[in-house]
Amino acid sequence: MESILVLTHADETGSALTKASLEAVTAGQELASRLGAPLAIGIISADATNLSKALPSAKILAVSGEAFAQSRYATDTAACEALCRAAGATIVLVPAGARFSRGAAGVAHRLGGFIDTHITAIGGTDTLEVTRWFYRQRVEAVLSRDARPWFLLLDAGTHAAFAGAGGSASVESVNVDLPALRTTVSGIRAPMQDAQTIRPDAKMLFVTGAGWTKKQPDGQIHAAEAGDLILGFLRQTGASLGSSKSLVDQGGEGTPVLPFLTHMNQIGQTGATPRHSKGLSTCCHGEEPHVVGWRFIADRRAISLDPNCGWTRGKADVVYVADAFPVIAKVNELLAAKKA
Amino acid sequence: MGNAVHIVVCAGIVPDPLQTLEPITTPNGPGLKNEMVLPAVLDPWAACALYEAASLAAKNPGSKLWLVSLGPKAKLQQVMMTVAQKVAFELVPIDGPIGGFPDAHSTAAALAGAIDAIPGLDKAKLLLFGGWESATRGAGVTLQIVGERLGITDQFYGVDQIDLREDGFFEVLERVEGGKHQVSVCAGTPAVLGWATGNLAEPRNNPQVGMANMRTIMPALQKAKPAALAANGLRYVSVSLPKQQRTTRVVKDLTPDQIAAELVEWIGAE
Repeated sequence: MESILVLTHADETGSALTKASLEAVTAGQELASRLGAPLAIGIISADATNLSKALPSAKILAVSGEAFAQSRYATDTAACEALCRAAGATIVLVPAGARFSRGAAGVAHRLGGFIDTHITAIGGTDTLEVTRWFYRQRVEAVLSRDARPWFLLLDAGTHAAFAGAGGSASVESVNVDLPALRTTVSGIRAPMQDAQTIRPDAKMLFVTGAGWTKKQPDGQIHAAEAGDLILGFLRQTGASLGSSKSLVDQGGEGTPVLPFLTHMNQIGQTGATPRHSKGLSTCCHGEEPHVVGWRFIADRRAISLDPNCGWTRGKADVVYVADAFPVIAKVNELLAAKKA
Repeated sequence: MGNAVHIVVCAGIVPDPLQTLEPITTPNGPGLKNEMVLPAVLDPWAACALYEAASLAAKNPGSKLWLVSLGPKAKLQQVMMTVAQKVAFELVPIDGPIGGFPDAHSTAAALAGAIDAIPGLDKAKLLLFGGWESATRGAGVTLQIVGERLGITDQFYGVDQIDLREDGFFEVLERVEGGKHQVSVCAGTPAVLGWATGNLAEPRNNPQVGMANMRTIMPALQKAKPAALAANGLRYVSVSLPKQQRTTRVVKDLTPDQIAAELVEWIGAE
């Protein structure tokens, strides 16, 4: 018989579980219900006292202490290993945030188990089957494993976050024998607030392509104007900014094009595949942003000068054949007027 | 020589990103149609790791750089003809299957075994580099398990920068959610760093570096040991291309103002 453990951790405030953790709890509840399996939830945080109140009725295990307030491979893997050994689960569901993604495979190996990551769906009838993508979201596979324990790292956004009434189960504290720590986390380095253009919780992804820095009808490059229009759009809409590789690389080569773009904005083959409900692509003619970067964007529109762009056809819901400069300028104007 | 490091970069080979991929069933499980003749490149994130490794080695005299790669010998040779012109390294090839469908745990075991057997590698000075994910399996699993197998418990992923200090300690920037970096300081080697893109541009081809590399790459390829990768209970139920093809509405006859009005309405709609 299967038994299920969901691993969770506190967010950076320490006072709540991350959204991805609560999504994994929902997945754990659903799976436990379907399999008729017992459910345990493990918490890693500085202080788990109040965190368990947000969780459903289940066996709650917690690793607590200042060493676990921050993400660090040595402490996180030791904590997860201790929780897994205490729960003795055959299936371990793990939320795929930056914190657990960097250690879950190590934990699976220590327990003699196996792991599959970027899980987007859990199904199967007689056996447990999971869905994930290969080749950067180009090929979809459904797979299964006989070996246990089986760790499943769940992609964010694939389940609703648990928001039900909290259970009243008591928290069982789990002790961890930490190795000698050689790594000190000294903090988080974030761009200035105005320059923060990556917003994972935004409803919309705004994708910019290299066309923004190409010569315009007057024969000149208008990079500064392009930058103003793009930042103006982000201010008005609260959208997250994605970019094609070619545009980001221009910045890296020292050309003063769009200085607020970094490789972290990049979507596609060597970039992110973010989840947003809407996406608007502008001046972008590459395959990668449309095929790979847009895989998990629900409602997609594009502004392109090329009516025959093969990468938007069949990938976007609407393609506007137009120059993005006057269109985005007018959009910004209309949105500003609407707000006023 | 105080900060000389031994850097091992794990890097697979992947189909050129512009190729159309079609999954098929082979006697050994899922694969890609014409996989052996598809143009291949060094895995993009692992390539970033290789360039960062070469830069770090150049800044720290006495350092050594190895590239460990698992794939069919013929494909490895083809890819190395290009990669060898970028930076100087010693190739440690493993003759194994190509593609993203073999089990990551078995791949990690083969890589760890090969690294363990590198002559002259000082594991106390080891920095194990690779991409934080591959462009094939994209699991972000292999490097962690290689590190565990080698007994390294200081691991960093989504790395964009490493600064090696005079005292041997190094500062690492790892990507976390929201376009931010977590800053950590590690008390020296050994460590595992799974790289995101880093900050370096792709080096230009240097034929002289290429010729020097190929003198050791060709004999290494000839001596590459075969690796059979166990399935570890992994079973593929189905492998397919996404069927979703959208019916795209192409709008050619609206003015910028009209398009803007339509977009504003769309943006505001729930």
